[in-house]
Amino acid sequence: MTSNLNAANVAAADAHSREFLVFSLGEEEYAVDILKVQEIRGYENVTRIANAPDFIKGVTNLRGVIVPIVDLRIKFHLDSVEYGGQTVVIVVNVGERIVGIVVDGVSDVMSLTPEQIKPAPEFGVTLSSDYLSGLGSLEDRMLVLVDIEKLLTSEEMALVDHVAE
Amino acid sequence: MDITDFYDTFFEEAEELLGDMERHLLELDLDDPDAEQLNAIFRAAHSIKGGAGTFGFDVLQHTTHLFENILDHARRGELALRRDIVDTFLETKDMLHDQLDAYRNGAQPDAEAYARICQTLQKMALDEMGVDVDEGAPAPAAKSEPTLTAAAEPEPEETGDAAPSGDHLEVALVKVADKDRELLVEELGQLGEVLSQRSDGERYLVTLDTSASADDIEAVMCFIIDPDQVEVRTLSAAAAQGEQGDTPPPPAPTQPPAKVEAEAEAETETETPAASAAKTVTAKPPSSKPKAKGGAGESTSIRVPVDKVDQIINLVGELIITQSMLDQTASELDGVAHGAMVNGMSLLQRNARDLQEAVMSIRMVPMDYVFSRFPRLVRDLAAKLDKDVELVAEGKSTELDKSLTERIIDPLTHLVRNSLDHGIETPDKREAAGKPRTGRLTLSAQHQGGNILIEVIDDGAGLNREKLLTKARENGLSVSDSMSDDEVWQLIFAPGFSTAQEVSDVSGRGVGMDVVKRNIQTMGGHVEILSRPGEGTTTRIVLPLTLAILDGMSIKVGEEIFILPLGAVLESLQPTEEELYAMAGDDILLKVRDEYLPVIAVHEVLDVENARTKLTESIAVIVQGEGRRYALLVDDLIGQQQVVVKNLETNYRKVPGVSAATILGDGSVALILDIADMHRLSRTKKEARHASRFPAGVNAPVPFKEVEPS
Repeated sequence: MTSNLNAANVAAADAHSREFLVFSLGEEEYAVDILKVQEIRGYENVTRIANAPDFIKGVTNLRGVIVPIVDLRIKFHLDSVEYGGQTVVIVVNVGERIVGIVVDGVSDVMSLTPEQIKPAPEFGVTLSSDYLSGLGSLEDRMLVLVDIEKLLTSEEMALVDHVAE
Repeated sequence: MDITDFYDTFFEEAEELLGDMERHLLELDLDDPDAEQLNAIFRAAHSIKGGAGTFGFDVLQHTTHLFENILDHARRGELALRRDIVDTFLETKDMLHDQLDAYRNGAQPDAEAYARICQTLQKMALDEMGVDVDEGAPAPAAKSEPTLTAAAEPEPEETGDAAPSGDHLEVALVKVADKDRELLVEELGQLGEVLSQRSDGERYLVTLDTSASADDIEAVMCFIIDPDQVEVRTLSAAAAQGEQGDTPPPPAPTQPPAKVEAEAEAETETETPAASAAKTVTAKPPSSKPKAKGGAGESTSIRVPVDKVDQIINLVGELIITQSMLDQTASELDGVAHGAMVNGMSLLQRNARDLQEAVMSIRMVPMDYVFSRFPRLVRDLAAKLDKDVELVAEGKSTELDKSLTERIIDPLTHLVRNSLDHGIETPDKREAAGKPRTGRLTLSAQHQGGNILIEVIDDGAGLNREKLLTKARENGLSVSDSMSDDEVWQLIFAPGFSTAQEVSDVSGRGVGMDVVKRNIQTMGGHVEILSRPGEGTTTRIVLPLTLAILDGMSIKVGEEIFILPLGAVLESLQPTEEELYAMAGDDILLKVRDEYLPVIAVHEVLDVENARTKLTESIAVIVQGEGRRYALLVDDLIGQQQVVVKNLETNYRKVPGVSAATILGDGSVALILDIADMHRLSRTKKEARHASRFPAGVNAPVPFKEVEPS
């Protein structure tokens, strides 16, 4: 199930453009900086962690490393949360940590030029604009560019021990 | 290659040398000093000086230089050693250590302290021997290495302290293996022009046209061979030596770095195994080997960074997991039809286990590593407290995981301080009590099963039960006179507890024993105290041998598997209705023999679904953690197994009730439960439930018995 991404396959439009991995949560399209992505794998064998927020599905064994799995669909309050053959885990590197995020599917890798990245409007409640690096506009598609590092290390994600308890 | 790459090696070496120096100083018999020991101390100072010079640590170099000169007098019997002199030596050693630390942190050493120690040493030399060991004021900026007076010079060969530029030096390499010799000659070539070289039996003579001073050359050579293996002699400018002043050698400021670079190049160029082996030999402080061995060829140890070892341990852990995965698959095969496969599997299993054991043993270091820090501490403290104390260390060779030895030092230091301060009495008091004037403090270490027992034993006054109880009442702790001795001794682990009459700078501030206890608990161990009035106190620390592997018992609750640390499991049983009692509503007690133990259901604390809720169908595992004993209710016991402990906090965070995680044979993750934390978690959960049910008015639970209605 594990497939490593090869960014080199995707031709960069120009030197200033950034590449994003596009994934879907329900009907919405999101994207993360491809440089943060370590690998993509299937959703399997997750050990539940008691007394954790519901969007933390638990931990899994990634070749000997214990990695927490976060379901962004639950975090973003999506209606249908199903786990099937298409459910995908994107393993990302944030800071020194490795975290897996559950998404409905991964579609493609996109190159966005600075002109295509619009600032995110400040109105999100579920997803504060603090955690967005912008909105990508691509013809008729809109990609929500998530600042995955900020999001996953934020206090509300409860993934990292913040101030000493 | 940058010179800074060698800093770490130097710091580590210097640290070891200082450690050695201290050990020898402490062991020194003042009336009849062992020449070999004095030599060892001298050599340590000399090696540090050499290194410090090479790296341009002037303050350190100068201090060691002064120190070395005095030591030289001492080793030639010109300085009668006294206790206060040794004290000064120890002080100097501490100062060197401070300077080393300063350099390590990229700072300049404390100039004031430096001036003071130089003065002290100077004064000592003048007072004791009437010799001036250092002409000129200690000026750290001055690159010059003050020349010794002729009398202070250990060997005539080494007089070439200040060799003027363009001098011809004769470097003699004594008993150096061929391969090292090639390397050294090559290195000398980097320092100047090699004019001639010839072999003369054991000695190999190289004539060199160089601007480097004899000391510089020696310092560079000492990286590869022992100091006594190299002799440097000035050939021509003998006249320059006559005027004893501090003729400063004119090394260009950039010279020492260049030299080390040269060395680095030489090393990379000749990538012979002997070259690297030679390097590791120097890693061993020369002073630990009384005589230089014939060749530097046979090395006995390798210095390896800990994270490299950890990486191997992790990989072996993976191998074990893969092996048990294979084993599980293989066990489903027909043993007769796949005989070879089954045999192969058992062979693989044995080899993997052996490999694991071997790798784990790399991390193990003898307790001597810890114990060797205490002679100095005890000596200083005893002097401060006017007590006579003899320190005995037993089981020095007992091995313990390196990470644990480092973490045990602080708690142990605290316990030793306590024993000296509160435990052992003053000589007069001891005599009055009919005990020898000299108190005895024993540090011992021994293995017991998968644990190590470390004991701090003193033959002092013992703990005072009455005093402890009074103090506990003052501190508002709930105590009663009927408490057992053991329970009373446990009081000293309460935060803020101290029975010392007055606060001294040794101990008595009451921040301590609770920290000791907590530290040891975080290492997965526990502390016990045994004490008898008038006979002394024994503090026993029980620690697991390693934190990387755990003997666990796997249990099943619902569909989930958890691991309990086997060390915490006392027994397991299936409770009957007669043994279960309800208390104050939803608390349940289990009667095991004559004890009533609180019952904690894993599925309640950890919210496991589909678990057995009927108590009599579950299994009660009696566990003990942090001195508390309780019954943990689980669905099934699966079995015992060794598990590789994986930190959850690497990528996630601390999980209440869970100490770590591991990977099971099928590749899935299982959580390792923290017995003490489970108890806390269960309480907080119950309190939360209680608070939501009865928002105000807390009624203390009144114990009453009643047969559990089920």
